[in-house]
Amino acid sequence: MTPSSALLEIKSLSVHFGGLKALRDVYLDLHPSEVVGIIGPNGAGKTTLFNALCGLAVPAHGELFLNGSAHKWPNAHELAKLGIARTLQGVGLFGDLTVLENVMIGAHKFAHTGFVSAAFGRNKDENKLRERAMLALERVYATRLANRRADTLSYPDTKRVAIARALVSEPKILMLDEPAGGLGEEDIAWMNSLIHNLKAHSSILLVEHHMDVIMSVCDRLYVLNFGQVISSGAAEMVRRDPAVIAAYLGVSAT
Amino acid sequence: MYQLINTVLIGITSGAIYSLMAIALVLVWRSARVVNFAQAGQALLSTYIGYEFIQKFHSFWVALFLSMLVGAAVGAIIDSSFMRILFRRAGHGPIANVAPIIATLGLLGLIRALLGLVVGGKDVRINPPVSNVGYTVAGHTMAFSPLQLVIVISVLLLMLVLSLIFQRTNVGLALRASAYSPEIARLAGVRVDGMRTLGWALAGAAGAAAGLLQTPNGTGVLSPDSLEFSLLLVFGFIAAVIGGLESLVGAVVGGMVLGLVLAFVLTYVSGSVVFITAFGLLIAVLLVKPTGLVGKRGGRRA
Repeated sequence: MTPSSALLEIKSLSVHFGGLKALRDVYLDLHPSEVVGIIGPNGAGKTTLFNALCGLAVPAHGELFLNGSAHKWPNAHELAKLGIARTLQGVGLFGDLTVLENVMIGAHKFAHTGFVSAAFGRNKDENKLRERAMLALERVYATRLANRRADTLSYPDTKRVAIARALVSEPKILMLDEPAGGLGEEDIAWMNSLIHNLKAHSSILLVEHHMDVIMSVCDRLYVLNFGQVISSGAAEMVRRDPAVIAAYLGVSAT
Repeated sequence: MYQLINTVLIGITSGAIYSLMAIALVLVWRSARVVNFAQAGQALLSTYIGYEFIQKFHSFWVALFLSMLVGAAVGAIIDSSFMRILFRRAGHGPIANVAPIIATLGLLGLIRALLGLVVGGKDVRINPPVSNVGYTVAGHTMAFSPLQLVIVISVLLLMLVLSLIFQRTNVGLALRASAYSPEIARLAGVRVDGMRTLGWALAGAAGAAAGLLQTPNGTGVLSPDSLEFSLLLVFGFIAAVIGGLESLVGAVVGGMVLGLVLAFVLTYVSGSVVFITAFGLLIAVLLVKPTGLVGKRGGRRA
């Protein structure tokens, strides 16, 4: 594939935290209907990479291309409009809102209700948001949770809702930060099949520790270690890369 | 019997005004997590401007509407030009928690001092737009005049409009999400800074209404060091805390509770214990139920 067919392309991205070089010259591309996994030991910079792409960490340098054309690093609130949605490692639901409302916030970019029409009770928009949110909940099989307060959910259910909130903006690029983290075996299997289903509508960037999930859903992998890409390519190939094995086992790859 | 009814009526009217001020404080707290002491200064400023509008347009109602717009603009400007920089500079940690609150105290003093400089020594009078002589029922003059009826209706209307905004629109959702977790709200596409400014603007409008309605209901005299506005702030705070600081309905409940309790104390006990009662109530609520009388519920509340 030529670079211009990429939905998203990152070139020589570096992020510094004070003196610490969290990311050095990282590159990555994502093509339509692809699932790309980002793996690496703890502290390798996986979440920092996500944060840089989401406006939560400021790149020291690096270039971003969306649909083949150069783009400035986006602010967090611009992501939805660019067709990017992200889930967080810590899930991050609004605990004092209902599940439905949590998901509706993800659809914020579709909302146009002005004050005046709102004040006179004309809330067609609100109903549309509600419908979109219910559809997103359906896609993660969580409609039954719609009216629960988010802080009363079980952990696996919060993960479903967080994904629904990302889906509701109909992203072209879905960034999942450890979707299987902290889940039991049964829920991991469920999450696995869910990610397979999501591929139909979005390209996916996936940070994950569970290698079964990674190997089952990812087309390509990037391996980060100490803030650098040490290997990349088709999932099966990367897995056999001696440098990768060494990084995971903590021995020098020479 | 008439005395009892009159006491209730006095309580409802003053409760309505406290509610307005409490609503203003809740709006800022909820959207920006700032306890806004400057609200009294903003209300004073808007009321002075309202007075100028009355002189110009000879209509209290036009002036009320315009001064609410001015109040909203002042709130929005304070947030977008001053508070935003303050938050950025203060960063994180203990100073970031306390700096905004102290800053609003500073703003309160600043607004009052500037007003004193511009209009000092020249107290002005705002006449009631409708009669402030109580209705007569069976030969008894009640403690409820057309002016007070108008005040209660205005507060109810404002409550209704705000409730609709908060409960039936995405703006209400975005406001709540921003307050709960700015970072996650941003990721979901919410312009958190804009939501904060909106909260300040709505609060500024509510505070302006409180100031302009209370002035003719009280002594009618407006001065930069008005005790009335200080009391408005203090009682508004107490009402907001009784209501739990988080909820508009709570603010109104708190305002009404406070208004009624103080009216009964004033009538049946003594004017000299009104303050003791008000602050006693505040301390009691904080000790017994610090989350306020209006309990925590799920969802987008008004």
